[in-house]
Amino acid sequence: MELLNVNIPNWSDMGNWIPEAVLCVGFLVALIGDMVTRGKKPVVPFVISVFALVTAGSYAVAGLNNPGLAAGLPIMGDLVVVDGLAAFFRILFIFAGLATVLFAWTSEEIMGRKRENKGEFYALILMMTAAMMVMAEARDILMLFLSMEAVGLVSYVMAGYMRTSLRSTEASLKYVLFGAVSSAIMLYGLSLLYGMTGAMDFAGIRAALVSGPVNGFALLVVVVMIIAGMSYKIAAVPFHYWCPDIYEGAPTPVSAIFSVGPKAAGFALMIRFFYTTLAAGPDAAASVGIIHIINWPLLIAVISAVTMTYGNLVALRQSNVKRMLAYSSIAHVGYLLMGFLLLTPAGLQAILFYLLVYTLMNLGAFFFVVAINNHLKSEELDDYVGLGFRTPWAASMMVVFLASLTGIPPFAGFIGKFYLFTAVLDKEWFWLAILAALNSVVGLYYYFKVVKAMFFTTPLEGADTSPLKLHWLQYTVLAVLAIPTLVLGLYWGQFKDLADQAIAAMTVGF
Amino acid sequence: MGEHILSWMTFFPVIGAAVIAFIPSERKEVIKTVAAAAAAVPLILAVQLFISFDRGSSAFQYVEHYTWIKAFNIEYFIGVDGLSVPMVLLTAFLSFLCIIASWKIDKAVKGYFALFLILEAGMMGVFVSLDFFLFYVFWEVMLLPMYFLIGIWGGPRREYAAIKFFLYTLAGSVLMLLAMIAFYLNVSDPVTGGHTFNMVHMFDQANHSDWLQLTNIRHILWIGLFIGFAIKVPIFPFHTWLPDAHVEAPTAVSVILAGVLLKMGTYGILRISYPMLPDQAIWFSFTLAVLGCINILYGAYCAMAQTDMKKLVAYSSVSHMGYVLLGMSAMTSAGINGAVFQMFNHGTITAMMFLCVGVVYDRAHTREINGFGGLGLQMPLYFSVFSFALFAALGLPGLSGFVSEAMIFMGVFPVYRTVAIISALGIVIGAAYVLWMLQRVFLGPKNEKWDNLPDINTREMFTLVPIGIVVLLLGIYPMPVLDLMKVTLNNLIKVVAG
Repeated sequence: MELLNVNIPNWSDMGNWIPEAVLCVGFLVALIGDMVTRGKKPVVPFVISVFALVTAGSYAVAGLNNPGLAAGLPIMGDLVVVDGLAAFFRILFIFAGLATVLFAWTSEEIMGRKRENKGEFYALILMMTAAMMVMAEARDILMLFLSMEAVGLVSYVMAGYMRTSLRSTEASLKYVLFGAVSSAIMLYGLSLLYGMTGAMDFAGIRAALVSGPVNGFALLVVVVMIIAGMSYKIAAVPFHYWCPDIYEGAPTPVSAIFSVGPKAAGFALMIRFFYTTLAAGPDAAASVGIIHIINWPLLIAVISAVTMTYGNLVALRQSNVKRMLAYSSIAHVGYLLMGFLLLTPAGLQAILFYLLVYTLMNLGAFFFVVAINNHLKSEELDDYVGLGFRTPWAASMMVVFLASLTGIPPFAGFIGKFYLFTAVLDKEWFWLAILAALNSVVGLYYYFKVVKAMFFTTPLEGADTSPLKLHWLQYTVLAVLAIPTLVLGLYWGQFKDLADQAIAAMTVGF
Repeated sequence: MGEHILSWMTFFPVIGAAVIAFIPSERKEVIKTVAAAAAAVPLILAVQLFISFDRGSSAFQYVEHYTWIKAFNIEYFIGVDGLSVPMVLLTAFLSFLCIIASWKIDKAVKGYFALFLILEAGMMGVFVSLDFFLFYVFWEVMLLPMYFLIGIWGGPRREYAAIKFFLYTLAGSVLMLLAMIAFYLNVSDPVTGGHTFNMVHMFDQANHSDWLQLTNIRHILWIGLFIGFAIKVPIFPFHTWLPDAHVEAPTAVSVILAGVLLKMGTYGILRISYPMLPDQAIWFSFTLAVLGCINILYGAYCAMAQTDMKKLVAYSSVSHMGYVLLGMSAMTSAGINGAVFQMFNHGTITAMMFLCVGVVYDRAHTREINGFGGLGLQMPLYFSVFSFALFAALGLPGLSGFVSEAMIFMGVFPVYRTVAIISALGIVIGAAYVLWMLQRVFLGPKNEKWDNLPDINTREMFTLVPIGIVVLLLGIYPMPVLDLMKVTLNNLIKVVAG
């Protein structure tokens, strides 16, 4: 039992961490730039953050071709690794960050007249993106905890970004409190795990679990505690309570990135941690036992079923579009967890592909809310009446996002669901598949309440029906999200391959 | 185009829709003309298909087979046989006429015609797909345009009707999706040994895994597929979306809904359920006959009670689709040929009825049967056309509906005698509601309120007369359509019933 078997940081490893480094430097430069140009329109931090994200993104994309990816490129010894999984999520996070930065530039909530701290937002996004990337790369429980806390810390600030808004401040405080409690629970679980196995790195934990006699009850307690902490991050029932309030209270561009970024990062972390420590891998005979001692499939199936059903049923009753999308994002976590059922590659690949699709469609739906909020100063469903004829192109793109979230062809959301269903049915978990299928029908009802309001309902007498013109950047970003949402529903082979390779090239450290 | 005739038929309307998206919305006449042209091309190709289709073969023709998503063995695999050709013809024919019938649409013209063309593509795709995944995608693709067509251009309760239609259909299709995945995971490609969505492989029982041979599993899969299709038909008790959707939908959409969409349900049963689960088709056949009988009688009684013309026609659809189910259940040559022929005939006859209701609604802005009276004098030409359609609906000999219904009863009688006798009552009730409506609307004392109603105009006649000619010709000489499907359907019977 060596507590400090951590290698001394080796600078030659750092070459694999260029995207993260670029984002961190960008964060500092953007902050300084903001201080220097205070009081003006925050052009400097905006440009710096776009530049940093684009640079980091091009390095991350170039990194896909690195031949060392399959074996994993270690950074700081066992703490962090850049492998297929990390490479996939790096690109996903940078894309989400960039889309959010661009859209925030046009958002009244972020850029409104009375804001004096406009520029910080762009710096914070960079920090958050970098921290999420580390979450996808951590392979040591210390790093796991630190990266989660780093994401949390930035998130608390961003949720409370509208300092003068009561709702925003309340959201931030709630986020901190819930975050602290669930982190504490998880940390306790992690420390127990360390006590059981004597290892900090995932590979060591697995080795200890496979070789030694395992106390089933203790392991169950540990796993439940760790799942609790991670469920908080991905907002799975029963650790979802923070989610609707915070999405509703935070500025909408922040809610948009919250609904995809930290969730995807949470899934990345869960995939790596549980797949590495519990799944039946090459040494299947020994490890099948671990997953069954704690009846992992049933545990996840129940969480998944409850999460999707709860999210959908509560979303039905919402009259605020933003809050409805918050509950819908809970429901989607339920769908995603289906892929987690047996920790098989097929299921995890389905999760990755779904996360990719989900990022596109959910960001799109939230951004539409941002764009409309600029004009109407409202997110109430009743105020959406007639939008289909006031801004037909944007509303049509919203229909694409909502139809995709529902999961109907020919949109990408359907393909994502199809893979998840296939993974579950392949293992003959019929009740879960049927429940999820019926949940999609429930989803249809509330997603299309928005469509109905926008296109079908006749506006009241005297209501404003003048055409709305959105910022050109908003049209562009929405189109950049909507077109792949449609195209990936018709031809997705290459992107599925990407997700498949990410799982195949995930170094598990056996 | 010869090689890819089916692809052109399916995707030419999409091209039309894309072109329409770029025409400025003030140029309404241009939009309508482009839409008519985009729908005319599939119609011309349909005529070519009708001429060149090899009637002596039960194999799939005009097959196009390409890899779509390699990793999951999803293919772009299309083709037609005697079961799908009549449906393809019907779709091309009615879609074109409906575009013409929609000429008076004035609200958001661009959206209407673009969506209509996408709807046509979706329907066509369903009838030509031979890959289950592709089939499912097309099946769902038409939901969205249909939802918008009812929801934006529909009547007063359109919001309710649109979402009800959408929810019902989606609930059915998710069950179909699960069944589809179960098939995918348990059918192996005889060449590569991998999973496959290829329907032709799924038809061959030798490719089914052991799991798929279990009786209970086959029951569950049959029921899953059946509910998906039954909602579309619609079969009692899943029919309640239909009257709402029909009443609220604009005329042309009602025509498509009744004329083509309902057929997709029975087509799905014959194309997918029967050959993939033939033993279950036999197991279920008596239930199907009873469900058909319920549809016939229940639909007819409901139709009799209606005071809204459109609702009456909607319920008559429920009743007429019951004959299709009855014919399918018998597993005899006459029964199944009659059933598919009835699908075609119901498409044409109901289309005429809905178009006729649309004509009077456009003028009077009401469809209350009891609000009219003596219209026969006011609109003599209209009277004669509508009477023709109604007589066709009640199965008057000499018109096409009679032939198919007679074939169905000939097919069913030896197999399920009691059910057939009870179902035959439906013909009597059918005559009753049709004649009673005719009497209340066109005969009797003239309601002075309608003194200024103009008679049917040339454009409307242009949509009705071609259908009328088809109904009449097939009533006298049904062989052109029966020849198309005979070989395929007799082969299907052989596969199912042995």
